Amino acid sequence: MPEKQHPANDHPPVDVVGRSLPRCDAADKALGNTKYAEDYFLPGMLYGKVLRSEHAAAKILSIDTRNAEKLSGVRAVMTAKDVPHNETITRFGQTHTVGGFEGLYRILADKKVRFMGEGVALVAADTPAIAEEAARLIRVDYQPLPGVFDPFEALKRGAHRVGEESSNLVCYYKVRQGDITEGFAASDVIVKNTYRVPFQEHAYIEPEAGLAWIDDDGVINIQVCTQVIEHYREIADVLGLSYNKVRVKGTWIGGGFGGKEDITVETYLALLTWKTKRPVKMAYSREESIICHGKRHPYIMTYKTGATREGKLMALEAKLVSDAGAYVYLSPWVLLYSTVGAAGPYKIPHVKIDARTVLTNNTFSSAFRGFGVPQVCFAYESQMDELAERLHLSPLELRRRNYLRKGEATATGYVLEHYAASPEAAEKALEALGEKTKSKSPAVKIGRGIGSSMTSYGRMVFLHDTSRSYVGMELDGSVTVRCGVQDLGGGQASSLAQIAAEILGVSMADTRVFIADTALTPIAGTTTATRQLYMSGNATSMAAKEVRKNLLDKAGEILGAEPGDLDLRDGIISVMNDPSRSVPLNTVVRACASSGISLFHIAQFNAPARELVDFKKGQGQVFPDFTFGTHAAEVAVDVETGKIDVLKLAACFDVGKAINPQAVEGQLEGGTIQGMGYALLEDVILDKGITLTPSFSEYLIPTSLDAVDVRCILIESGDGIGPFGAKGVGEPSLVSAAPALANAVRDAIGAGIPDLPLTRNAS
Amino acid sequence: MKKTEVCLTVNGVTHHLGLSPNALLLNVLRDELGLTGAKYGCGTGQCGLCTVLVNGRAVLSCLTLAVAVDGADIVTVEGLSRPDGSLDPIQEAFLDHGAIQCGYCTPAMVITAKDLLNRNAHPTEPEIREQIEGTLCRCTGYLSIVRAIKSCGDRAGAPAPRPSPMKKSR
Repeated sequence: MPEKQHPANDHPPVDVVGRSLPRCDAADKALGNTKYAEDYFLPGMLYGKVLRSEHAAAKILSIDTRNAEKLSGVRAVMTAKDVPHNETITRFGQTHTVGGFEGLYRILADKKVRFMGEGVALVAADTPAIAEEAARLIRVDYQPLPGVFDPFEALKRGAHRVGEESSNLVCYYKVRQGDITEGFAASDVIVKNTYRVPFQEHAYIEPEAGLAWIDDDGVINIQVCTQVIEHYREIADVLGLSYNKVRVKGTWIGGGFGGKEDITVETYLALLTWKTKRPVKMAYSREESIICHGKRHPYIMTYKTGATREGKLMALEAKLVSDAGAYVYLSPWVLLYSTVGAAGPYKIPHVKIDARTVLTNNTFSSAFRGFGVPQVCFAYESQMDELAERLHLSPLELRRRNYLRKGEATATGYVLEHYAASPEAAEKALEALGEKTKSKSPAVKIGRGIGSSMTSYGRMVFLHDTSRSYVGMELDGSVTVRCGVQDLGGGQASSLAQIAAEILGVSMADTRVFIADTALTPIAGTTTATRQLYMSGNATSMAAKEVRKNLLDKAGEILGAEPGDLDLRDGIISVMNDPSRSVPLNTVVRACASSGISLFHIAQFNAPARELVDFKKGQGQVFPDFTFGTHAAEVAVDVETGKIDVLKLAACFDVGKAINPQAVEGQLEGGTIQGMGYALLEDVILDKGITLTPSFSEYLIPTSLDAVDVRCILIESGDGIGPFGAKGVGEPSLVSAAPALANAVRDAIGAGIPDLPLTRNAS
Repeated sequence: MKKTEVCLTVNGVTHHLGLSPNALLLNVLRDELGLTGAKYGCGTGQCGLCTVLVNGRAVLSCLTLAVAVDGADIVTVEGLSRPDGSLDPIQEAFLDHGAIQCGYCTPAMVITAKDLLNRNAHPTEPEIREQIEGTLCRCTGYLSIVRAIKSCGDRAGAPAPRPSPMKKSR
């Protein structure tokens, strides 16, 4: 399938796609019927608990588990020496191997700990209280090490070595386009700033949880809230089992935002159930969740941008340094997204980017909605507004003169193949703010700002990404979809139902989607990278069309008509020009069944596959396509107190085709408010690697009183590479919200603030 | 620990339970009665996900000792639907307005909304926002939830037809 990228676009949507129908998972969620990972119980199950390091950097001299083992009700205590393969490599559902991205994954700390909260030992016991008490009874003798907590310090010669490697530098990517010296020489105005952005916590409201058991066939089953059921391979590697001896069943997820992309409780549960031969449940406390899972990377970004006096961007030089924390995890990938995205949606002839990610003894950083792009977007968009001010142009006008259009090349030399909606989106977003609010007090200044972004959807093309989906007709005319998609809450399952229902002429209510089971649903890849609608939507569409073809062929025989002249909708197949000639879908289904015609199909969708880009120069295609859009914000800043009130927000994105407009708006609203949190509130504070913000009273996320209405404008260009021309919006919806707010504050107070969250300096 | 007899009427069914004096209402509902609609989100009263109605008022069940509500009438999300299993108007409004994404906060949100609507059939938007302030949602940005609750209030008393989910609210 690699040549044909638009498998669904020859089928114009009629009845189901494009409508704001309630999602297929909504009613059970409203009724409280939906089971999440912590809602499952098995008879005789044990409770698992992780003993975590209190030190950010220390040698482990000895671990004494004897007292814990003696406690009544304790069924297993495990340390690194009990893990068959304690060290493995993170692969994240990657089936095509490329070098340079694999990170060490250590199940339990061995000989030394690298961050506060790292797992040191596991306990399984009859009750949560006994498990907790047993963990307390494990004596770990630590020898504290100085540690290193700042990426620049970590890069210095002689710095504390976080891992076993000779350097704390994880990787270094470069982009070189044109001649940067020439570019700045041709610039009339040059602005240079250093930006800093903090760790951000996902704060999904469902903490990590799971339940594991060994079934009658000796297979380890793990029911868990994860964005990646394909971790079953890594789990099998840890235990030294073949891949068909581990089954992961993903539950409906209570939010993930990238934080459930890495393995969380799965390996711990597998080890404990394997050791005890009993079902084991594990659920993190909120504090544990905040302390031990990966965060959005903090970045320090030095940007130098030059333009001519006519407002034409000539040169952009960026030096990016990100804090990977204590283990590599997804840091190289995140850094790559930042590197490729560092110049934004702009045409710039001379670009030089140097990007590094560095190990420290902080909590590790990993995936978070936007995946390295919100950080650079904040920086390049702040640069744009300072340039606009210096050039006496409006921020919109400066952008208009520089936005990339279809057919033009990005900083990495990729020529955009599809409609680039930036100018249209920026105008509409700004317009949506309506009339400017008038200040009621001289101390309160009103300001407006925009932030534009281009964010990829779909994984990096050198990963040769694939997804599969099964679509089948049942004998009663209902439709079954089986797809290994994990549902984060974004409507991943429901959109597949909507697509299958559309193509097979049935209602959403007659369509059932079974998801996220490595034993029973075709593998569909990760629910990350804004890829599921694109990848699994295409796979589902392809499969549904094969079934539709068989149905129409059979109906053609029955009706004595050409299959091409038939219409299938509302459970009836009829002749397009003569609707009086029709046959119920049920009848056709039974006719197919009795004559041995297949009523199901499994399709595989392959994303465009390219070779790995050489990141010494960083030229080539990295992503399949991009979503373009703009956030706009209006704020009131009290210049006496520094208080920022958000007055209005707008988001305009080219979504290609809204499969479910209400669900798309839900993504835009939620992403924008999460981005507002990033801009104004959220900050994980660490002191020498110790998390000082381990609860919702210290780590503040937006509440209903903070959330401001988001005016959502959907552009439907139909030029996406997903089903029906759709693009992805899950991550793009967050990316440019923070710079829009930062630029609004700049407009209000007449000065830019180079650090997030904005409250820190504004007061 | 010595067990105490506690009588709880939950969703109309009366239970006589022998409980530890330190048993939390949330754990009793989930572990003893199998009602998993109320969720653990923080265990410290900061997220609101464990909210249930106790004698008609919204209460954080993770901070409530079960013995302290002996004899009380408790309603969880599982008790909101009508006897035939159909949705309560507030639940329908959540569906219509796309106010459910991951759904983990939904049980607490609808219970918290119910608490408000029981006392105030036509709440204003600021009243709604204040009511749900203590219940965290990380997916929706709250906006569709506020619209859903508002529509329920607007509908209350007036037998207006259900707004079509196709109709844009903005």
